[in-house]
Amino acid sequence: MIQEARQYRTGLAVIGSGLAGFAASVFALQRGIRTAQVGNTGAIAYTTGYLDLLGWHGDRLLDNPWSGLATLRQEEPDHPLSRISDQDIRDAFFGFTQALSEMGVDYTPPGDRNLLGLTPAGTRKPTLCMPRTMVAGIAAAAAGDRTLILDIAGLDGFSARELVANAGASWPNLRSRRIIFPGVDAGVRVFPEVMARALEAPAHRQQLAGIIRSVAGDAKYIGLPAILGIHRPDRVHRDLERLTGFTLFEIPTMPPAVPGIRLREMFEQAFPARGLTLVPQQKVKSLELGKTTARLHLNDSYGKVEIEAETVILATGRFLSGGLAADRHRVRETLLGIPVSQPESRDHWYREDYFDLRGHPINRCGIRVDEAFRPISESGRPISERLFAAGILLGGQDWIRQRCGAGVAIASAYRAVSFAAGCL
Amino acid sequence: MNGIHIGECETFETEVLIIGGGVTGTGVMRDLALRGIHCLLIDRRDLNAGASGGNHGLLHSGGRYASADWETAAECRQEGEILKRVATECIEDCGGLFVAVAGDDPGFAEQFPEHCRNAGIPCQSLSRAEAREREPGLTERLIAAYRVPDATVDPFRITLENVNHAQRLTGSVYLPHTKVTAFEIESGQIRAALCQDTRTGAARRILARQVVNAGGAWSMEVAGMAGCRDVNLLYSKGTLLISNTRLSRGVINRLRPPGDGDILVPGGTISLLGTTSDTVTGLQGIRPTVAEVERNLDQGIAMLPGLATTRFIRAFSGVRPLVQAAEGIQDGRQASRGFTLFDHESQGLENFATITGGKLTTFRLMAERTGDLVASRLGNQESCKTALEPLPTGDGVRWTKPGFSARYWYQRQDPTDAVLCECEMVPQSAIDAILETAPGAEKPMELQAIGLRSRVGKGACQGAFCSLRVTSYLYDLGHYDSNEGLVRAREFVSERFRGVRPVLWGEQLPQMELAEALHCSLMGLDRLDDLASGLGSVPGVGQE
Repeated sequence: MIQEARQYRTGLAVIGSGLAGFAASVFALQRGIRTAQVGNTGAIAYTTGYLDLLGWHGDRLLDNPWSGLATLRQEEPDHPLSRISDQDIRDAFFGFTQALSEMGVDYTPPGDRNLLGLTPAGTRKPTLCMPRTMVAGIAAAAAGDRTLILDIAGLDGFSARELVANAGASWPNLRSRRIIFPGVDAGVRVFPEVMARALEAPAHRQQLAGIIRSVAGDAKYIGLPAILGIHRPDRVHRDLERLTGFTLFEIPTMPPAVPGIRLREMFEQAFPARGLTLVPQQKVKSLELGKTTARLHLNDSYGKVEIEAETVILATGRFLSGGLAADRHRVRETLLGIPVSQPESRDHWYREDYFDLRGHPINRCGIRVDEAFRPISESGRPISERLFAAGILLGGQDWIRQRCGAGVAIASAYRAVSFAAGCL
Repeated sequence: MNGIHIGECETFETEVLIIGGGVTGTGVMRDLALRGIHCLLIDRRDLNAGASGGNHGLLHSGGRYASADWETAAECRQEGEILKRVATECIEDCGGLFVAVAGDDPGFAEQFPEHCRNAGIPCQSLSRAEAREREPGLTERLIAAYRVPDATVDPFRITLENVNHAQRLTGSVYLPHTKVTAFEIESGQIRAALCQDTRTGAARRILARQVVNAGGAWSMEVAGMAGCRDVNLLYSKGTLLISNTRLSRGVINRLRPPGDGDILVPGGTISLLGTTSDTVTGLQGIRPTVAEVERNLDQGIAMLPGLATTRFIRAFSGVRPLVQAAEGIQDGRQASRGFTLFDHESQGLENFATITGGKLTTFRLMAERTGDLVASRLGNQESCKTALEPLPTGDGVRWTKPGFSARYWYQRQDPTDAVLCECEMVPQSAIDAILETAPGAEKPMELQAIGLRSRVGKGACQGAFCSLRVTSYLYDLGHYDSNEGLVRAREFVSERFRGVRPVLWGEQLPQMELAEALHCSLMGLDRLDDLASGLGSVPGVGQE
């Protein structure tokens, strides 16, 4: 049986379902652009939930990311963030966090300074925005207030004792305690996602609240791993605060972690309801760039799909998401073979010392774009007038070491969408 | 035996001080303990930190040396047969092939059976079809294949079992992280070794009647400290690669004069491809390079085409200490693989011996010869028992074998026994056993020491996740009350990275990206110092 490919026509096709892809769809919807988004499950389940803009520049921890950006523009003019104005970056973060809040996961708006989010190790991560469910930890840490960190028997990789040992030096009233999750046999392995889904049911919240009350002692704040619901985290959070009488905050866990799963499931529900064509969990097989349109070919569970789009945003990520790949000799862009700026040989991809503070050269490799965020060929000319790129696929940045992954994703998606809109 | 504190210096007393915790030093320790002698073993790092941990784990049939070094070949054959009897738990008797491919010298291959016969090595000629049926990964361009009784040995387990047995027999002691700084010598006798704890800097004085130098590549340095100039070593660096899965049933050797990428050795669930040989002048900064990895691969692919698309998870290097019998040999591949026992009497010392050179396969014989010398010097009449006495195992020493913890965990069926290392399926109970009973348990035992005694950090993720999970578990046990646990985790993954770096391409690259995101972006291990020092006055806090 030969099956006809199902065909869609759209103004914008977004390829990729990581933070940059979702941000591009958000901005496209805000502009009323007819949009289709396709992509494998991105690395979004690996996020902490923190949306960082720029946390470190050189060897400086940035209190103010905006003044850090000013220095970045001078020292790293090719950095994607150097090519976007403060106003655009701020608008992008406002627009994105506002959309998240409206769709069901409340986020803090961008401020003037970085927040220092707690990590599961008790260290800090500089970030611009964070989920509302995590915010109280910032105030508790700042005041050094009486706080009890809870961990859960059977949840490995999250030790309240470890967090207290590391954060406790500057937070004298920090204590730890292990609890057993309601309905689970002591010590049996538990997973954040499963607990988060369980807490959507009021009965489980009641039981957990009872446990928290029984161990809280004189604590004012209670910190616990990010397990407060998948679909309505703010409601679960508020309800548990009401039931316990304490101020609660979440702390990110090792991946795959709930804050990322929340975002993914939220987008997967909210986008189709807003008219976006979403083909999740599928990889684009090929992309043809024509004079007036582009054509994406893929398969979903019902067969072949063809999307004809007037514009395309490539947001396929790096190695982990499959946007880049390497053999023993070269790094390549996987969908179109777009030139990738890179060190001359494999011996130069990584430095000898893993934690070298300069970061590894391979993390700065990536595709290059023009001022309109269109990928360019070796000659410096755009590969197509209709093809744009966003996210950490872009070269010239080190999202890991600079703590700028969300910033690059959100701000470049914002710019790419605005330039794509100009073609429509 | 407990140390006695005299002022600043902790003093230990023993019959025999053994310097070097490799397979030879631990072999000597067990050999002497079986004769009823008390030993103290020290290592500047930890067990198998040198060549004993940096080899392919091949238990030679002798075939590899049959063509060029008849004596070593015969020695390997005899020792291989003994170890297969007494160290059954440490050995997989997988057999081996020697194969020549198109382009190799057919004359060299034709003489192989005769060379084997001369050394007493069983050797069976196989047709191309038979060889490829046994090892389907072999190239179609085979021109000759012979079957020999090669086997593999887990060098970590054998070392751990040696120490474990010696501790049980005579209460012998192992001190890791202890390096010799000087010897006190008086009228032809070493009275004491002055040592330093390499982590704390604390001084230690070890009084011993006999001193054995089993320092491997470092033995020339140690002998020099005692004023002996008779040990002359050639340092030969060898680099190997580890694949994510097992690629062959048995050992596969290239039938031609030794070269890069000419041997593939299975090790439980993985395989090792080796081995380069480059003469180096020093022992500092030894690490595998991209160029060495490429040389092994380019050569190995001719024998096993599938290597071109194999996922490698790590490379590592060891330095072979080769005894220079003749002046002027600069090529490590031409130097003898034989061993030498120096009694140092020509150097004016009566209670000092150096055992060096040799191979993993012949370590027992090296220990026997050393034991004979040391025992006679002590007036001990007991004979060597290691050729007959089976090597006993124990709960703390059985976790290094790939695949063992997975089977153990599955058979236990205990849902509360969390798997802390998912790649290699190392459960919490294995960590407990190692912490409680593995030899050399410093208090507290660090992540790196746990890694050495188990498969933690050795799977596909090379410690990305398990370093953090085991660290959390150690915090839970109360081992740390500061950021020390994170500092140790950082050391552990840094050390892993040295071996991962040259094999980062293909599927291992996303793995590395994830690891770096976890370690740096999520946990902040790259900025531990800054965050620790600045945490009291961190900016940004308090604006909510």
